[in-house]
Amino acid sequence: MRRYVVKRLLMMVGILLGVLIITFALSRLLPGSPIEMMLGHRPTQEQIDLAREEFGLDKPIPVQFINYVSSAVQGDFGISLRTHRPVLEDLLGRMAATFELTTLAVILVVIVGIPLGILSAVRQNTLEDHITRTFSIAGMALPMFLVGMVLQMTFYGWLHWLPLQGRMNVEVLLDYPFEKYTGIYLIDTLVTGQWQAFKSAASHLVLPVLTLALASLSVVIRMTRNTMVEVLNEDYIRTARAYGLSRRLIYYRYALKATLIPMMTVVGLTYGFLLGGSVVVEFIFDWPGLGGYVVGAITQNDFPAVMGVTLFLATIYLGVNLIVDLLYFVVDPRLRAS
Amino acid sequence: MSETVLNMRNLRVTYPKLSSKVDVVRNCSLQVGQGEILGLVGESGSGKSMTAMSCLGLVPKPGRISGEIEVGGQQIVGRSESQLSEFRGGLSAMIFQNPMTALNPFLNISDQMADAIVSSRPLSRSEAMSESLAALHAVYIPNAEACLAKYPHQLSGGQLQRVMIAMAIACKPRLLIADEPTTALDVTIQAQVLLLIRELASEMKLAVLFITHDLSVVASICDRVAVMYAGEIIESGPVADVFKAPAHPYTRKLFSTVPTLGSKNKQLEYIPGQVPDMSNLPAGCAFQSRCDVAMDQCRDSAPNLSASGPGHLAACHLVASHEDMN
Amino acid sequence: MSTSLPSVANRSLRIEKFRFFLSSNVLFVFGAVIFSLIIVLAIFAPYLAPYDPVKINFSEKLVAPGLTHLMGTDELGRDILSRVIYGARTSLVIGITVLILSISVGVPIGLVAGYFGGRIDTILMRVSDVFLAFPPLLLPIAITAALGAGLFNAMMALAISWFPWYARIMRSSVLAIRKELYIDAARAMGVGHGRIMIRHALPNASTPAIVQASMDFGYTILAAASLSFIGIGARPPTIEWGLMVALSRSKFLDFWWTAAFPGFAIFVTVLAVNLLGDGIRDLLDPKHGDLS
Repeated sequence: MRRYVVKRLLMMVGILLGVLIITFALSRLLPGSPIEMMLGHRPTQEQIDLAREEFGLDKPIPVQFINYVSSAVQGDFGISLRTHRPVLEDLLGRMAATFELTTLAVILVVIVGIPLGILSAVRQNTLEDHITRTFSIAGMALPMFLVGMVLQMTFYGWLHWLPLQGRMNVEVLLDYPFEKYTGIYLIDTLVTGQWQAFKSAASHLVLPVLTLALASLSVVIRMTRNTMVEVLNEDYIRTARAYGLSRRLIYYRYALKATLIPMMTVVGLTYGFLLGGSVVVEFIFDWPGLGGYVVGAITQNDFPAVMGVTLFLATIYLGVNLIVDLLYFVVDPRLRAS
Repeated sequence: MSETVLNMRNLRVTYPKLSSKVDVVRNCSLQVGQGEILGLVGESGSGKSMTAMSCLGLVPKPGRISGEIEVGGQQIVGRSESQLSEFRGGLSAMIFQNPMTALNPFLNISDQMADAIVSSRPLSRSEAMSESLAALHAVYIPNAEACLAKYPHQLSGGQLQRVMIAMAIACKPRLLIADEPTTALDVTIQAQVLLLIRELASEMKLAVLFITHDLSVVASICDRVAVMYAGEIIESGPVADVFKAPAHPYTRKLFSTVPTLGSKNKQLEYIPGQVPDMSNLPAGCAFQSRCDVAMDQCRDSAPNLSASGPGHLAACHLVASHEDMN
Repeated sequence: MSTSLPSVANRSLRIEKFRFFLSSNVLFVFGAVIFSLIIVLAIFAPYLAPYDPVKINFSEKLVAPGLTHLMGTDELGRDILSRVIYGARTSLVIGITVLILSISVGVPIGLVAGYFGGRIDTILMRVSDVFLAFPPLLLPIAITAALGAGLFNAMMALAISWFPWYARIMRSSVLAIRKELYIDAARAMGVGHGRIMIRHALPNASTPAIVQASMDFGYTILAAASLSFIGIGARPPTIEWGLMVALSRSKFLDFWWTAAFPGFAIFVTVLAVNLLGDGIRDLLDPKHGDLS
């Protein structure tokens, strides 16, 4: 088991290296060098040379790459051209907001999607199944930004139930300050007992989380259903039925366990999907997270920031997948043997 | 005379298809008595697995069972799923062809056996555990306690099949249905498992319905044999009689296709033609197109079972005419 | 053994089978019909659009949907229906282009990797692992940021992000058939690697890739629309549905039609394409049986 963990970690390092190669290639090897972008219009040759030396761009590519990797490993993702702060600092400051959003969305998707998928599989070809599958097929065709905007139109524009954008009502933030221990507003406001702030934070979370969740819900339902149907057709389920095991026992003990592994994979993939989707959602809802940072960075040509976020999110995603892979061991006895 | 445990009469299994339906089993009748092993032989597609599954009411949807199946005095056809669930395991138990896939890879042997026993007999879980141990001993698994803690992938095919048999007999059924249990095993292991089944059948007074396509298996442990073709029984009788004097042309062909050492034949025998399309059966005998002694009568009417010896039946017009003559 | 039926009975059996296929695959038929309509709209846009989609007309700005403008007008007075129709062209072109690019790069790579196995294969797998390590959309965003905003660059970015996926699929299916007897037979007859790959491996191993492509078509359109939405894909004056929704953001709360119709167009198109893709998958790979 330990050997597998080591192997897996090494693999992750290898992939990270590959990711770094890609981001490096994107930053350096393209026409329209970042230097000109950073120096603005018409830099003098002297300025260019100075900048090149400062950024180490006069060194051969492999050396540049090694410098790049070593600084990345130490957390130096460069300086943002907009905020003029280290990119990593910007990212860490915004991490919690995205984390709060995506985690809540994943929880919602899992709580709603997996049971629905299972229900659909168990009641194959009944009305519930058809409704769920229709919803699922339709859901996969909806663009995330449209869902967000429709929700805004409905719950803000028409019903006035929920706020349009942002993480919290500015007045509430000023009137009811709270210590940001974790950066996750829901937790922080609860811990410091600020009920008004909590309500504001919660109401601001509803629409963005819903938007994120709805998009991936369809996929999760579909995959859960397919996995469950496959499992229910397995020989050992037939054996269980042949011995008269109760339906409940068959579904909960025999079938469910078998679906755990594919389901964990799906949840991992969903998390990745949500990380990517957070770009759009944070943009729509003016959410101060990593996604919003990326969009702002791109539109203002803040290249180091874009690369920094990409690297950061890719690393997080790799970490999530690593955890999922390791969890396989807990669930599948066949893996534990070797 | 041993008591009849399985009494199947006129079993028909129907599947809907496009705008009509197909009978995959047509008019099958069988009896198996206590301590007796009946071999059910046929090619793939002959309907033997369906016949076996019907005894447990386990025909995959959307198949429908009609006819009469009585196991240990209980009617099987027409029962609800919950009633059938009570019968499964305690009344009749089934072992399957591929033990590697027939057991849940995520649960250990102990849990699976206990689940089966508890679902078939009114025992507590701890009682079920001791029954599992006893059953594992009865199938000669060495170190039964260790085996209980293991997972299916940690055991070999032969061991797994013994475990399956143990699981079956631990439920104390009256009827054991074995669906090609040795097909996926090595020849040497095959022999052991077959002998085990034989031993258990006589010790526990089990009725065994043994499905196979392998005639040598039938020869080694079965008391009686029934041959199935195109969804119906076309010959049945004591093994010795049927093997010595097969009455139905199909059975005769079957025997001739088994190559024997020292035979002078250089060419392999085979049965020309193909198994008929069940949705497109000809009127008359289902075997006529491949039969080398077919008569006009065979095209017109399907033959009924007639006697070709004591306890030896065959569905063939030729046999019927000989019977008439006697 | 089946006897030969007279030709009349044969035909009616075929008709019955076709009707059965239609009725049990309603969704597929629905998708196919809608998709055909969209293709028609795209091809005949100049003839079908009631107005000039780029003509600015301030006197008609933000008109609600009505008889003169079925889908209303945007803030520059342009007829939304016409723009939606022209947008179909853009989306179809995007889908086709990205897929063709991904496939033409990914499939050969996967073919070679799966066929030769060994080191080449391992390298390919590692490389595609790296590409798959990025959360969706992120790599296209990064690549577009490096190349510069614009629809063409966005399409390139999508293709670059996607071809490893096709390489991987191709490689798996080639690996599966490599063990088949006819490959060995061809080698034994002295046929060269290249010919085997093209004439034997490729046709027989392409199915999963084709299936994947038919299912990805919709996703390509969605991704491109999303990129345009956040401002790095299509840019004015290109007519693209995602861009149209983006442009409507400042006003959509009061003028819902500026966002609703292009958004709905995306939805309907992607839905139709997905249904079609599902149907194709069921036809070519019945094991999945999701719609059965």
